[in-house]
Amino acid sequence: MKKIKLYLEELSCPDCANKVEKVLSKTEGVTEADVHYTTSKANVKYDPAKINPDGLKKAVAKTGYQVEKTK
Amino acid sequence: MKKKLKIVMISGILIAIGWLSNLLNFDPLIFNTAMVAAAIVAGYQVAISAYNTLKMKVISINLLVTIAAVGAVIIGEYWEAAAVTFLFAFGSYLESRTVGKARDAIRDLMDLAPNLAAVIRDGEEKEIAAEEVEIEEVVIVRPGEKIPVDGTVIKGKSEVNQAAITGESIPVSKETGDEVFSGTINKNGYLEIKTERVGDDTTFGKIIELVEEAQEEKAPTQKLMERFSKYYTPGIILLALISYFISGSVRLSLTLLVIGCPGALVISTPISIVAGIGNGAKNGILIKGGEYLEKSGEIDMVAFDKTGTLSKGEAEVDQIITYNKDKAEVLRLAAAAEFNSEHHLARAIKKKAEKMLETEFNSPINFESQTGKGITAQIDGKEIMIGNSRLFNEQGIEIKPEIEEQKNILEEQGKTVVIVAENKQIIALISIADRPRENAYQIVEKLKQVGIKKVVMLTGDNKKIAESVASELKLDGYKAELLPEDKVKAVEEYQEEGYKVAMVGDGINDTPSLVTADIGIAMGAAGTDAAIDTADITLMADNLNKLPYAIGLSKAANRNIKQNVVFAVLIVFALLAGVLGQKVFLASGMLVHELSVLIVIFNAMRLLRYDIA
Repeated sequence: MKKIKLYLEELSCPDCANKVEKVLSKTEGVTEADVHYTTSKANVKYDPAKINPDGLKKAVAKTGYQVEKTK
Repeated sequence: MKKKLKIVMISGILIAIGWLSNLLNFDPLIFNTAMVAAAIVAGYQVAISAYNTLKMKVISINLLVTIAAVGAVIIGEYWEAAAVTFLFAFGSYLESRTVGKARDAIRDLMDLAPNLAAVIRDGEEKEIAAEEVEIEEVVIVRPGEKIPVDGTVIKGKSEVNQAAITGESIPVSKETGDEVFSGTINKNGYLEIKTERVGDDTTFGKIIELVEEAQEEKAPTQKLMERFSKYYTPGIILLALISYFISGSVRLSLTLLVIGCPGALVISTPISIVAGIGNGAKNGILIKGGEYLEKSGEIDMVAFDKTGTLSKGEAEVDQIITYNKDKAEVLRLAAAAEFNSEHHLARAIKKKAEKMLETEFNSPINFESQTGKGITAQIDGKEIMIGNSRLFNEQGIEIKPEIEEQKNILEEQGKTVVIVAENKQIIALISIADRPRENAYQIVEKLKQVGIKKVVMLTGDNKKIAESVASELKLDGYKAELLPEDKVKAVEEYQEEGYKVAMVGDGINDTPSLVTADIGIAMGAAGTDAAIDTADITLMADNLNKLPYAIGLSKAANRNIKQNVVFAVLIVFALLAGVLGQKVFLASGMLVHELSVLIVIFNAMRLLRYDIA
């Protein structure tokens, strides 16, 4: 199990944060996703055997938001 | 952002054209076309995003707005469709602008992080990225430059503005041997610094990380709101369907969808918290999260651990009274015995010895420390014992009446007295003074002003010292001669009496009571990670100035959250009643919705400007 912080481009509404969170949570390999509107950041726990950071970025991109940096 | 503004403007112009043509009695076709165009411009992105998320089986507010707008067009309410989408786009534009400002409070802080460092490599001075400096490497900081690492000054002398860490902009003088922090500004001298921590490991890096995490910590109110909206939205959708089947009014159902996302409610708490934590961070006050902000807003009692808080904690040796022994010899033995002790009294003794004797000490053998009592160790084959009367009573060593009397006199003066014995014979009394801070009295008064009912002191010092400090500072009470576990008990007793207690300590030897209190506040924590980790609120500066500010800010934030929540809940019910009572329709529903979100944000933004009166 790995943890990663995804810094997203500025989320424009609380609902957008919900949206990204739900999409990430439903992504295969993600065990936990926590997205914060106020900091525009996603804290994600994932299984590295099933998905890598690029896969996570792609999942976020589906919502229309880009990942600016990861940590 | 700019794209959003463009969309809002074009859509607004189209709406204006529509109304103008209506005013001039042109063909209604122009009005209708302009309105539909406005709705498409403002709603296009919304619909796309709604579609994308729907594909992933997520119902978003975008979807509800899209359905409402499309529905309005179908039933011929072109103006309503335009108004709903325009207001939604305009509202979210304003929303992200203002929230951006709250976020900037934190971003500004991050901008204070140093980027470059000057180091000597291969005999040449080089500029490298601050996080690439190696531990132990020497960095050069010229006047006006930012200190890029945490470390110790090894050469030079200067004044340093530590506002980035402590929130205090009065420069602090630094010279060889002093600790300096990354992110602080070297004012006027040349400094060479031996690096101890770089990048994320520095105190500044810790602050940033903490502030970031703090904003994500969900306050209890926030969790409640989120739970509510989780049921509210599907509930409203269901209600929209039911009301259509009962009343047959499409317009009513669509309006329900518009108000289906309680935006103001969801954002009411987190936005206040971001603003409150942001304000604190700028002032050297780290609040660990929304929960603590809410909790400390309810504090009505402040308990101080004396040493390092009400007093400077830099105790100094005041007098050495010896019994048939040379003063220097007593000091040498005492300092050697205390070599491994980090107790503030031990530090005072060692400091004095370093100054007077100019010798180096080695680790003693058989060193034993008994918390709250004292220490024993072997020096040159002699058993040295240093401690308070409790230690001596326990060891069965008699304290002669004349010694006792001298001890009492010193203690009456508010000094701490330790007894030194060699092979169970008392050879000296060392008195150590740790005066209350100069501003301590005003701080106590200010705490009362921000709504604290009782200010008390919990101290390990003896009753006489405690009494003298308590009466000097006009405290409401004190408990003396407490061991760390007694402090915990004292805090619990106050809690049982019904007080919400904030415990203020230096965060090092009072951890248990900080944890027990409703809110644990550590002060003077710059450079001590342990204190930052245990405390709920951390004052970076080593002074009390920010304590009333921290509590005042928490109280203001708590009020702010309550105002926002009450307002948002009222809006939710007012809108629902208005819609069901057929008084609010699509456009007005959206208008009220967006306005309420903005009002909540603007109210929270007031916290960014909070300052103590």
